Amino acid sequence: MPQHRLFQPAILLGLSGCVGRQSVLDPAGRDASTLLTLFVVMLVGLIVLWVGINGMMLFFNTLSTRRYEEATARKLIIGGGIVFPTLVIAALLVWGLSIMPNQRAPGDGLRIKVIGEQWWWRVEYWPAGANAPIIAANEFRMPVGTRTQFDLTSAYVIHSFWIPALGGQMDMFPGRETMISLEPLEAGVYRGQCAEFCGASHALMVFEVVTMEPDDFDAWLTKEAAPAVATTGAQAQHGSEVFLREGCGACHAVRGTQAIGQVGPDLTHVGSRESLGAGILEPTIENIAEWIAHTDDLKPEVEMPAYDDMPNDELLALATYLRGLK
Amino acid sequence: MGSVLFDSGPRGGWFMYPPLSTMDEGVGADIWLLGLSFIEVASIAAAVELIVGVLKCRSPRMRVNLMPLYAWYVLVVGGMILFAFPPLIAGDFLFEMEKSFDWPFFDPTRGGDPMLWQHLFWIFGHPEVYIIFLPSIAIAAMVVPTVAQRPIVGYSWIVLSAVGVGFLSFGLWVHHMFTTGLPNISLGFFSAASEAVVIPTGIQIFVFAATLMVGKVKKSLPMLWIAGALAIFTLGGLTGVMLAIAPFNWAVLDTYFVVAHLHYTLFGGMIFPVMAGIYYFYPFFRKGKMMSETLGRLSFWLIFVGFNAAFLPMHYTGMMGMPRRVYTYGESMDWGWLNMLSTVASFVIAAGFVVFVFDLLRPKRDFDGPKRNPWNAGTLEWSHDVPGESWGVRTIPFITSRYPLWQQPQLVERMDAGRFYLGDTEFGHRETLVTSVLDAKPQHIQRVTGPAYITMLAAGFTGGAFIFPTFHIYVPAIICGAFAIVCVLYWLWTSTAQIPEEPMGDVGLDLRLPRYASGSDAPGWWAVWITMLGDATAFASLVFGFFFYWTASDNFPPQGALHANGAMVVAFAVLLALSWAATRVARGVHRGGNVGLGRLVMAASVLLTLAGGFAVYGAVSHLSPTSHVYPALICGLAVWLGAHLLLGVIGQGYCLARSLAGRMTPLYDADLHNVTLLWHFIALQSLVTAAVIGLLPGWMS
Repeated sequence: MPQHRLFQPAILLGLSGCVGRQSVLDPAGRDASTLLTLFVVMLVGLIVLWVGINGMMLFFNTLSTRRYEEATARKLIIGGGIVFPTLVIAALLVWGLSIMPNQRAPGDGLRIKVIGEQWWWRVEYWPAGANAPIIAANEFRMPVGTRTQFDLTSAYVIHSFWIPALGGQMDMFPGRETMISLEPLEAGVYRGQCAEFCGASHALMVFEVVTMEPDDFDAWLTKEAAPAVATTGAQAQHGSEVFLREGCGACHAVRGTQAIGQVGPDLTHVGSRESLGAGILEPTIENIAEWIAHTDDLKPEVEMPAYDDMPNDELLALATYLRGLK
Repeated sequence: MGSVLFDSGPRGGWFMYPPLSTMDEGVGADIWLLGLSFIEVASIAAAVELIVGVLKCRSPRMRVNLMPLYAWYVLVVGGMILFAFPPLIAGDFLFEMEKSFDWPFFDPTRGGDPMLWQHLFWIFGHPEVYIIFLPSIAIAAMVVPTVAQRPIVGYSWIVLSAVGVGFLSFGLWVHHMFTTGLPNISLGFFSAASEAVVIPTGIQIFVFAATLMVGKVKKSLPMLWIAGALAIFTLGGLTGVMLAIAPFNWAVLDTYFVVAHLHYTLFGGMIFPVMAGIYYFYPFFRKGKMMSETLGRLSFWLIFVGFNAAFLPMHYTGMMGMPRRVYTYGESMDWGWLNMLSTVASFVIAAGFVVFVFDLLRPKRDFDGPKRNPWNAGTLEWSHDVPGESWGVRTIPFITSRYPLWQQPQLVERMDAGRFYLGDTEFGHRETLVTSVLDAKPQHIQRVTGPAYITMLAAGFTGGAFIFPTFHIYVPAIICGAFAIVCVLYWLWTSTAQIPEEPMGDVGLDLRLPRYASGSDAPGWWAVWITMLGDATAFASLVFGFFFYWTASDNFPPQGALHANGAMVVAFAVLLALSWAATRVARGVHRGGNVGLGRLVMAASVLLTLAGGFAVYGAVSHLSPTSHVYPALICGLAVWLGAHLLLGVIGQGYCLARSLAGRMTPLYDADLHNVTLLWHFIALQSLVTAAVIGLLPGWMS
């Protein structure tokens, strides 16, 4: 029997997972700062030119009473239509395009492989010299002050990888690999989002980015590479049994347990992430339970089935277990 | 568009990027694809008509450098349609084959590549922007001289700019794909090419400014809309300058900044000039009536203010990180108030359009002043409305100036008195003059086809041939296609290339001209030539696909793949080359008077084409197109060629039948000339297809 919602639907609309900054105007990385400078300079030029052109039209249309010579008018066409724009565009191209090689430079340490799924992010950390990746999902952590390279691809459809506060967009294609590299300048939490329309839940394909001081990052990565550590306690213990009994492990992996599924996001350290459901919810126990019971309401057409006939106590136990996976 | 109301819009987005769109199992994608293909075929037909009209049906002595600017823009737009739409037709063809028959053109698991669609889509998509924009600028180019009451300053500059925009627009498509990971060198090239458009666009704006500066401006509603258009368009153009710089483009490509940019260019570049055009030409369409000045101003200010309030904030929304095509976002994103502002302002725009529509439809009293040319314009269209008669134009004048109503004294009086060309018709037919392309020297009298229902039937059946496959109903679609062909043939048979009563006719002003033309003098020959240029462009796009897969993939053609049957490829190349030769020889023999031998050779050409068609089938019948993109592309080329052979054999049979029925004689053989021209293109496509599927695979691997 389908059961009623556990919690108020307000959290469904609140999408309250968003804690990070997601504005081009509020950069926290080297690339984004350069792009903002480019924008500001061009914006000033735009305002000057727009006022100039439309002021000229207004003047000739309504204000001027003088009759001008045709020769003067021809000079206006050549000067305003050809000479001036050629100079401005040439200068802008030289400066603007010279930015490109830096923004497309390969990384100088950590490599992160990202695979776009329907609608979540499969993440593999490849520290310099690593033979095997550290698997994670739906969140990126990267050190401040070095250039981290993202190798991007996709499982089914085209997505676009975008962290506005750190840099530009780069598309992700099935069957191809693209690359972007980003250099954060300050530690903090930022928000990224898929920028290429990818189906029903495109709007809900989000992620958090945590930039950390290099030492903190190394410590975190070591922990991330380790197997899951579950909290002790009766309810968490019960939850882990439910997890295995319900077959969650067929799709999800929790390293160090029997759950080794590869279809859905890796949950080994799900409790330490800043958000839930690929950036759409705050990772509270209530939200985790709500998510498991009503996946399709929270993220239309998502592949994970909704467990809306699971008893409340089991849902809460399961959520407690998952929240404890740090 | 109606599909949206029935929840059958394309779920993969209007740009239909595969694999998302090929995974869409509903009919939305089919409605999009076949609907668009149908419209494209119609647009190409219209483009052919406009180009031939501009090139071959001008007033005598109106050399190309005297053409009204509107005609220049229409010529440029026609040429752009001709080369921009076919790549998308080729793309639609590949897409529909994948969607309906699982041929994996865009499926990366079987060698396909979704990037090919993006290239074909935007090779169409970017020129399309200018195809929308240029006819509206053409309206501005007609309104501005009238408002300034003087000829345009810099006629050559604005014509060259229009042509230049047309050319450049084909070299910019990659700026829609700046974030797809193409190499920096390509991005740099396409950045520079995109910026280069500023120059011809700037020239057009400054030509208008210069004309207003020299002239004596008469304030009017059309000019208010043109000024509003420039205010909006220049902002869209300037954000375009920003977006053309590839790195900045990365920052905002799929955000609301681009939504703002494209609406500024299209509202300023299309909606506002079209509104100016409606106010300007209203008394042209409804004699003696004028749109209201008060309501016009009210409508203008509502739309202008509403537009800016709706779309100016979107630049900021985009910079704040809001991506396109999201149906929801979190409250904490702080985009809510900006979107609410845009929503409220969109109702202000709507209110402006309500005022406009009310003004358009309300009953109106006659205005005071001259009814025939109320704006005192200088161009020829305002000579229509002959007082007291229901004619359009009484006679075809000769034209020696750019603004004949200002510069050729007594022109309208002489036209009304019938003292130019073709004042009367000898046999009661509809006739017009056909003139030479550059100098507009009168060449012959063209009998114009009359009103007919059969053409409507042909359009209806053509529609059926496109609409039924949308819902995967194929038998009625094939029947509709066959009936469409029959209707077109019937119309051609009864209405075109009719043998005239007299070989020569008197057109007035002591000029006698032939009443029939074959070959390159005839508009029909030009229409075939222009149509086939578009057709060859679509074919070239398919061949481009072959090279695209080869360069994009390490394994194309895949190792151990089955190839086309070499002997059969040689056979169809030879048979179709012979069929082409037979058609050409038949034309010469028939023209020489040996009608019997001519018919025999025509019959032989029909048989050769049929045999060639079977050989094409034999060359590819053993391949399985669903297994990999390589056999799929070979089969795709074969299907394309097969369709053209069907067209070619109908043409050959039609000529034979016309000759047997006595409707085509050695002197009056325009049909045979046109079919021969068609066969030049079919022969070229046959040989290129043979080389691509027969020779290239060996060379590539």
